[in-house]
Amino acid sequence: MKVLVTVKEVAEVADDFEIAGTEVDERYLEYDLNEWDDYAVEEAVQLKEDGPADEVVTVTVGPERSEETIRMALAKGADRAVRVWDDALEDVDLLDVETKTNLLKAVVEAEDPDLVLSGVQAGDDAFGATGVSLADEIGFQWGAVVNALDYDDEENVAHVHRELEGGVEELTDIDLPAVLTIQTGINEPRYASLRGIRQAQSKEIAPKSLDDLGLDSGSIESDLDLTSMYEPESESDVEIFDGDASETAGKLAEVLTELGVAE
Amino acid sequence: MSDILAVAEHRRGDLRDVSYELLTAGRQLADETGGDLHVAVVSGDTESFADDLNREGVDAIHTVADGEEFNHDVYAQAVEALHAELDPEVVVMPNSVNGLDYAPAVANRLDLPLVTDAVALDYDDGLTVTREMYGSKVETTVDVAGDQQAVTIRGAEWPAAEGVGDADISAFDADIDADAGSTVTGFEEVGGGDVDISEADFIVSIGRGIEEEENLPLIEDLVEATDATLASSRPIVDNGWLPKNRQVGQSGKVVTPTVYLAIGISGAVQHVAGMKGADNIVAVNTDPNAPIFDIADYGIVGDLFEVVPELIEQFE
Ligand SMILES: Cc1cc2nc3c(=O)[nH]c(=O)nc-3n(C[C@H](O)[C@H](O)[C@H](O)COP(=O)(O)OP(=O)(O)OC[C@H]3O[C@@H](n4cnc5c(N)ncnc54)[C@H](O)[C@@H]3O)c2cc1C
Repeated sequence: MKVLVTVKEVAEVADDFEIAGTEVDERYLEYDLNEWDDYAVEEAVQLKEDGPADEVVTVTVGPERSEETIRMALAKGADRAVRVWDDALEDVDLLDVETKTNLLKAVVEAEDPDLVLSGVQAGDDAFGATGVSLADEIGFQWGAVVNALDYDDEENVAHVHRELEGGVEELTDIDLPAVLTIQTGINEPRYASLRGIRQAQSKEIAPKSLDDLGLDSGSIESDLDLTSMYEPESESDVEIFDGDASETAGKLAEVLTELGVAE
Repeated sequence: MSDILAVAEHRRGDLRDVSYELLTAGRQLADETGGDLHVAVVSGDTESFADDLNREGVDAIHTVADGEEFNHDVYAQAVEALHAELDPEVVVMPNSVNGLDYAPAVANRLDLPLVTDAVALDYDDGLTVTREMYGSKVETTVDVAGDQQAVTIRGAEWPAAEGVGDADISAFDADIDADAGSTVTGFEEVGGGDVDISEADFIVSIGRGIEEEENLPLIEDLVEATDATLASSRPIVDNGWLPKNRQVGQSGKVVTPTVYLAIGISGAVQHVAGMKGADNIVAVNTDPNAPIFDIADYGIVGDLFEVVPELIEQFE
């Protein structure tokens, strides 16, 4: 069985930041492996270690910079990586779900995986929709927000738990081929070992352009236009305590005592 | 073609709150597009659900009787068929776990632009959606192209629709192919255990700001000194540092204490869903822009490793 994992490099915003137009100014962004994808990579690597999977391939839509993040996934045990990019994507503020679906579909067609694992959402734009959209597009079955996966090799069925709201899980059987979107907590993502990091250096990251994937620029025309970005207005009149740690703690202690919860 | 279609959600026999919020959001859009508000309810006891959904401002309710519980194949087919019949301008679905399990499929097969997790909608010559990015640190507005769109809305952002309506209720035959490749086999409750944090009056809750499990005893000392109940955000539970019954949030517990002291918690929407009902919210966080301060009553912008020891001293 071949497992394809979608891996996104997400931008994280520093504590203090400035917005320039419809973007957070580049100076305040740090890039990292998307938290949810980290769990998806781990789940795929465990499927390989446990037997059912023969190969784990990652796919990333991202510029060259994202190779650093891709190497992290390779260091954790993925076998090789595909990175899709095109200069035309550089100018898009907000990639819509359809574009991501089109790009990933082309990779699925080239790779022909049995199982696609994807994070529930990306920490930056938080659309939470790509995995299911992709599944529908490529005619795979799917399950969203999966926090337990037990793959039955003989039946070719994934027994999964889908984590619903309010502490309830839904138990579902999903026929392969399938796309599962992976929720945090499904496993314990490993740290990349020094050996893994060294090995990752020699693993393949194959860059693919639109051309390589047989796509034209029409397939990446976004339906979404980001028109403004701003800091949300605070709903509360929060009272911030001033002073050093002992002063602020003193004021907080007073409030807690006044409210009658601690003495 | 300026109608709105909202798709209700239910689970284990009950409509979920977001269903009534969808009616409000849908009505608002229908007023702006000058169309009717259609509501779909799929699977389960659709007749009694339809009665409950018949609130002020709803023009028509379509019941699709196939299936008992949520199944994404049934939902996607039902919404697809209704869309073909009604040709609505916007389909509004919940940004719930199940919403995210079928809405992207609906958008894909109908070739509709999809915007998820909307916190505000505005229709004026086209759809504009307000949504957040970067863990709620920024808000954005997004113009959506095309004549027809799909959106999912965040829970608790619109008030629930009230009153009694006089909607036209009718059964819709969606001609569902029930040969699904996924089958729901049951449900499981998780997160029982020793303590029921939903009963607590004073909660000290810890988030990823604690950095390492070795630092947890510091918070436990505070809990002991103040006779509080310990809870946490999700990553602490994901890491196995605290049991699942301590998790506050959308997929954890909903708590309503007198005081919720959030230490090193950013205030992600799924966390806030579980604690916004607290009488008093207090946040300790190094990041003055952390979204938790937007809902807090009191705050300390500071390092928990400095503040918490001082706080413990105050109570010892
Ligand atoms: C479907 C779904 C369901 C989810 N359900 C839940 C749920 O039920 N509950 C839940 O909590 N999350 C849930 N999440 C996860 C949620 O999106 C966030 O990832 C999570 O709440 C973040 O937890 P956090 O605030 O502890 O961590 P972070 O977001 O990483 O925040 C850590 C905070 O600590 C601060 N900090 C760091 N160091 C210090 C210091 N020394 N002193 C003080 N402050 C410091 C930082 O400034 C930051 O604000 C869910 C996500 C999804 C997609």
